[in-house]
Amino acid sequence: MKILVCISHVPDTTSKINFTEGDTKFDTNGVQFVINPNDEFGLTRAMWFKEKQGASVDVVNVGGAETEPTLRKALAIGADSAIRVNTEATDGFAVAKQIAKVVEDGGYDLVIAGRESIDYNGGMVPGMLAAITNANFVNNCISLEVDGTNAKAVREIDGGKETVSTSLPLVVGGQKGLVEESDLRIPNMRGIMMARKKPLNVVEPIGADAATASVSFEKPAPKGAVKLVDAGNLDELVNLLHNEAKVI
Amino acid sequence: MSVLVYTESENGKYKKTAFEVASYAKAVAEKMGTTVTAVSINGGDASALGNYGVEKVLQVTNPALEAFNAKAYADVVKQAAEKEGAKVVIVSSSADSKYMSPMLAVGLNAGLVSNVVEAPSSMSPFTVKRTAFTNKAFNNTTIDSDVKIVAVSKNAFGLVENSASASVEDFSPNFSTEGVSVESVDRATDKVTIADAEIVVSAGRGLKGPENWGMVEELAETLGAATACSKPVSDLGWRPHGEHVGQTGKPVASNLYIAIGISGAIQHLAGINASKVKVVINTDPEAPFFKAADYGVVGDAFEVVPALTEKLKAFKAQQ
Ligand SMILES: Cc1cc2nc3c(=O)[nH]c(=O)nc-3n(C[C@H](O)[C@H](O)[C@H](O)COP(=O)(O)OP(=O)(O)OC[C@H]3O[C@@H](n4cnc5c(N)ncnc54)[C@H](O)[C@@H]3O)c2cc1C
Ligand SMILES: Nc1ncnc2c1ncn2[C@@H]1O[C@H](COP(=O)(O)O)[C@@H](O)[C@H]1O
Repeated sequence: MKILVCISHVPDTTSKINFTEGDTKFDTNGVQFVINPNDEFGLTRAMWFKEKQGASVDVVNVGGAETEPTLRKALAIGADSAIRVNTEATDGFAVAKQIAKVVEDGGYDLVIAGRESIDYNGGMVPGMLAAITNANFVNNCISLEVDGTNAKAVREIDGGKETVSTSLPLVVGGQKGLVEESDLRIPNMRGIMMARKKPLNVVEPIGADAATASVSFEKPAPKGAVKLVDAGNLDELVNLLHNEAKVI
Repeated sequence: MSVLVYTESENGKYKKTAFEVASYAKAVAEKMGTTVTAVSINGGDASALGNYGVEKVLQVTNPALEAFNAKAYADVVKQAAEKEGAKVVIVSSSADSKYMSPMLAVGLNAGLVSNVVEAPSSMSPFTVKRTAFTNKAFNNTTIDSDVKIVAVSKNAFGLVENSASASVEDFSPNFSTEGVSVESVDRATDKVTIADAEIVVSAGRGLKGPENWGMVEELAETLGAATACSKPVSDLGWRPHGEHVGQTGKPVASNLYIAIGISGAIQHLAGINASKVKVVINTDPEAPFFKAADYGVVGDAFEVVPALTEKLKAFKAQQ
């Protein structure tokens, strides 16, 4: 089985979000970039397929040279090789088209992407990729098993879960549950050394027009101070929620 | 040329999100000088949509579409858009619609923007405002393709009544349910889900152990609320994974969010900031959550929560 894991390169979850150039660009100053958490769960599940079922695992990112350390980290975790499509990721549709080309060229059977990236939270690349490449698609995937060309997946739904059967070629939008937090691997020295020797192939983009374009950013309006209610006066809280906030 | 809206339903009844997206579609249609057509799959009483400005309903009635199937539903909505010649398609940002809409976008070769919180600020270029960086910011984005899909965030645009009488037309598009089939569903049907809830009661590590959740559930039950938890609580196995909310968990966009014994870490806040009113109960007056809250009680959850539940029961009894 040939697996491709999509890796989006995102600001660490603790990052302060600021903008520059008249609020048109994300300010990367002092921001630490990481593998998108949903993709890290997917990559770790892919390592399981590699170790238990002899799958090969490649990772892909669509982005500029600045994303290479993130791809190297994925190699240090254990991916066999990395591909970077050398173009700025501006729009989900355009990114999906670029990855679709990589999937076709590489003949991948299973693509593991994340449910959403934590920067733009678009949640659209995996579904678009599945539709473009005519693959089956399971979103919000919290468990995945593959037997030959058959796959069984569990997906999170509102208030519970759903078990589905499907087949390769398959794209999943993964999240926590694919593996647990405790299964995530911190690259060790040996992994980091080996990652330096693994191939990181830079491929040029195909022509793919973006369908959307970012114009500007805004920060939410600052909020007013909290109203504290004394623990001995909870009638007041009920009153405020009813008469002032009008939520009960 | 009408604006097409996909109105979600369950067991033959429209969901609240259906009325929200209909309200949004009506606002867009007014700017374009056109009308709103809804596509409804095994949906309910069309006049309910009329109240929110829908003038025509394409009603698909088919037992094969009883269970949600993202690909088949995308096929249906695509054909409805083509039939209406719609240039703008409005969907929800619910989990189901987020599963479906990327496939719809490919089918219609349309630009898609999700998590949209306001009506378009400009029609040409078509510009919408969406949340970004998990609610830490907003992003104004243009959609430049001929056909445009807008996925509207829950509880952001609100319900706008706009009485119209909706005509109903039976619609029988082609679709395929092959590829992914549901084997089993495991879901507590008697509980309000986080996605649908108007009120969410959430608790964190401050509760010390899973045996202490009884009071949280009782408070939630009193309010008709869904229960949620912080990430460590689900990592520790005190609560099911499906209750984990935050940046890496489920998003919450309820009217009221009550956080009990949760410190208010940036990753937690990111996922719940879209909630309108936040109440924090915490022993530590310095807990960061108080900075993000509307109302706060500095106190021990083991005393405050049962007392609050009693007060609320008394309040409900009076109503
Ligand atoms: C990559 C990454 C992603 C993450 N994603 C998420 C996410 O999606 N969601 C999330 O929640 N977290 C997330 N976290 C974890 C987050 O950083 C915090 O660790 C977590 O939210 C803390 O959970 P907590 O508030 O329940 O626990 P704690 O931080 O331990 O806070 C417990 C609180 O309870 C209070 N308390 C103690 N006793 C009582 C009492 N008797 N009565 C009332 N209050 C009491 C304490 O004062 C304290 O404020 C993420 C972290 C990382 C690194
Ligand atoms: N630029 C990118 N390069 C590679 N994969 C990406 C990129 N952007 C998004 N993805 C994948 O698509 C998933 C969903 O991203 P998004 O649609 O941006 O929310 C991510 O978790 C990644 O797996």
